Amino acid sequence: MARVRTHIEESILPPLVALVIAAVVGDILIIIFGQSPGDVYRQLLEGTWGNAYGFGQVIYKATTLTFTGLAVALGIRAGLFNIGAESQLASGGFLAALIGLAMPPGTPAVLAVSACLLAAAVGGGVVGAIPGALKARFGASEVIVTIMLNFVVLALLNYIVAAHIHVSETLHTPEVRAGALPRLAAVFPMFSGSAANTTFLLALATAAVVWWYLFRTRPGYELRAVGLQPDAAEYGGVRVGRVWARAMLLSGVLAGIGGLNYVLGYKHYYEEGFGTGSGFLGIAVALVGRNHPIGVVIAALLFATLSQGALAVNALVPKQMVDVLTAVVIIAVATAVPEVRRALAATRRPSGIGTAGTGNGEQATEAPRGVTVPGSRFPGARLQRAADSQFPIPDSR
Amino acid sequence: MMAFLIQTLRIATPYLFAAAGGIISERAGIIALTLEGFMLTGAFCAALGSYYAGSPWFGILAGVAGGLLAALLHALATIRYRADQVVVGIAMNLLAVGVTRFFLRLAFDSSSNSPRVPGFGGGQVGSGVLSSLANPLVWFGILCMVAVGWILYRTPFGLRVRAAGEKPEAALSVGVPVRRIRWLAVALSGASAALAGAYLALDQHQFTDGMTAGRGFIALAAVIFGKWDPKRVTIACLLFAAAETMQIRLQSLQLVPSQFVEMIPYVLTIVALAGVVGRAVQPAALGKAVD
Repeated sequence: MARVRTHIEESILPPLVALVIAAVVGDILIIIFGQSPGDVYRQLLEGTWGNAYGFGQVIYKATTLTFTGLAVALGIRAGLFNIGAESQLASGGFLAALIGLAMPPGTPAVLAVSACLLAAAVGGGVVGAIPGALKARFGASEVIVTIMLNFVVLALLNYIVAAHIHVSETLHTPEVRAGALPRLAAVFPMFSGSAANTTFLLALATAAVVWWYLFRTRPGYELRAVGLQPDAAEYGGVRVGRVWARAMLLSGVLAGIGGLNYVLGYKHYYEEGFGTGSGFLGIAVALVGRNHPIGVVIAALLFATLSQGALAVNALVPKQMVDVLTAVVIIAVATAVPEVRRALAATRRPSGIGTAGTGNGEQATEAPRGVTVPGSRFPGARLQRAADSQFPIPDSR
Repeated sequence: MMAFLIQTLRIATPYLFAAAGGIISERAGIIALTLEGFMLTGAFCAALGSYYAGSPWFGILAGVAGGLLAALLHALATIRYRADQVVVGIAMNLLAVGVTRFFLRLAFDSSSNSPRVPGFGGGQVGSGVLSSLANPLVWFGILCMVAVGWILYRTPFGLRVRAAGEKPEAALSVGVPVRRIRWLAVALSGASAALAGAYLALDQHQFTDGMTAGRGFIALAAVIFGKWDPKRVTIACLLFAAAETMQIRLQSLQLVPSQFVEMIPYVLTIVALAGVVGRAVQPAALGKAVD
């Protein structure tokens, strides 16, 4: 029981601390701009959860963020930082639009949608697989490679659209006639007018699949083992390079499928820059969601509310305030995670052992490389940590 | 030919400033993903300072102050609190975008650009190629890189910076204050990258939203492609700038689509990391927190 409580406190405290800090910074910014925080927050809530259109837009934005958030979270679980969700999303959406355009208007919806889904997965997967392969084969930093690939892939897509398939006078492709996904408004009239569409249900299903994969399958288990302690996993018979490559591929696939939300669910065409910012927001979503699929869905709703709410309060304060708050949340979570862990360790440990400052031990259960556990300077500490972290060493094959 | 060289130098200047900062930071073990954000902050503060004080020199001072402030926040999170450098680095860039936009609206009531501010040189981009050399920052850019080379390899501080980035435990054990060295290195990188931003704002006589447009990442690409060595990084900056200049000059001929020229620095960096031609190996303790 105590372990479960520690675990929950450790997962939930840092995001809460971060949200409080963000609220304080938000208040300061609102006051600088000469408005009353109460008014702004009230209007923000009314403009999002308070009416059908606003709520639908929140759902629509949360859909894309769930996919990019899951993509980043899956990477972090494997100890990898996928900063490339931005271009993987674009590439997935682009390929889905391309396949959608290639199919005749009469194609059965089931066939057309599955073909586009597959295309989006391939589009994102290819872009994700490159850094994964380079990391596994050459040890190239996936952080740098994904950042650089963002620029390369987006420039390439811009070139293809601008030079070959755009509708003149615009930056988008012609409209896809096969494979459009129905809006949620078609089933639930309460969403009328908003962009919310059935991709949201796909996002929830995907979150469930990711949970099952991570916590109930052998490859998912290997992935988490590699994220916690690559050396220990290697010793336990896991082929670390292969797991890295697979994790980046899957991460790209997840982000790529997110492209469907815009391309099949909303506008029915690919447009230059349609997902700008979603990839980076995905990092915030994964962090606040503590890299857990359920947490990711909740965090996606939170950030979607903020981003839609920014439009609702734009008359009072600049909508850019939300960009500032997002950044503050990320910095605060990243800073609070190690601090909370240390503080909890200090209160739990019997005094006198003198380990309060380092906080290794059972805390390693939730510490992939993304959120560095400060290394101990004592030899043997790494093995100790791996043994403490409660994952049994996999069967040898 | 002369015009080509001068234009290359002009385009390379912000890369040189930012990359100089990137070298110091990364050699001390702190990942320099933040160059873009520091640049943007520097550009905005420079425009602000120049506008209110009426002199571009005050603009430079204000820009450096802004860059330092951003750098200190980054150092506080990553060094004092040992937060993950990649996460905070990405967030610092988002923060710079948000903060500059917010204060752009607050100060100038605009969501796109500041009014015209006092700056250096002729003003409009591309006008008066020779007059651009009157911009003192063009010369500082080259000096900045020379200074970094000298600091890194010829001073005790540089030796400590390299120790902090390669073997912080060893450095600690002989009494080098690793965390303080890292604080200083991050501060220097913030100031230097801010100068890159100040150059952009004062050269164009205004701040425009998102005016750095990925230049901080090109500088980071140059740092990696140049293998964290000031001489090679300088060459990388000039190379990237020359490619851009070539593209601008040959635009009318339509030989290569501009998007492919844009890709050059990024593709070269990926190739360098994969080690096809002489692998780029980063400082051993890059990204690692120190107790």
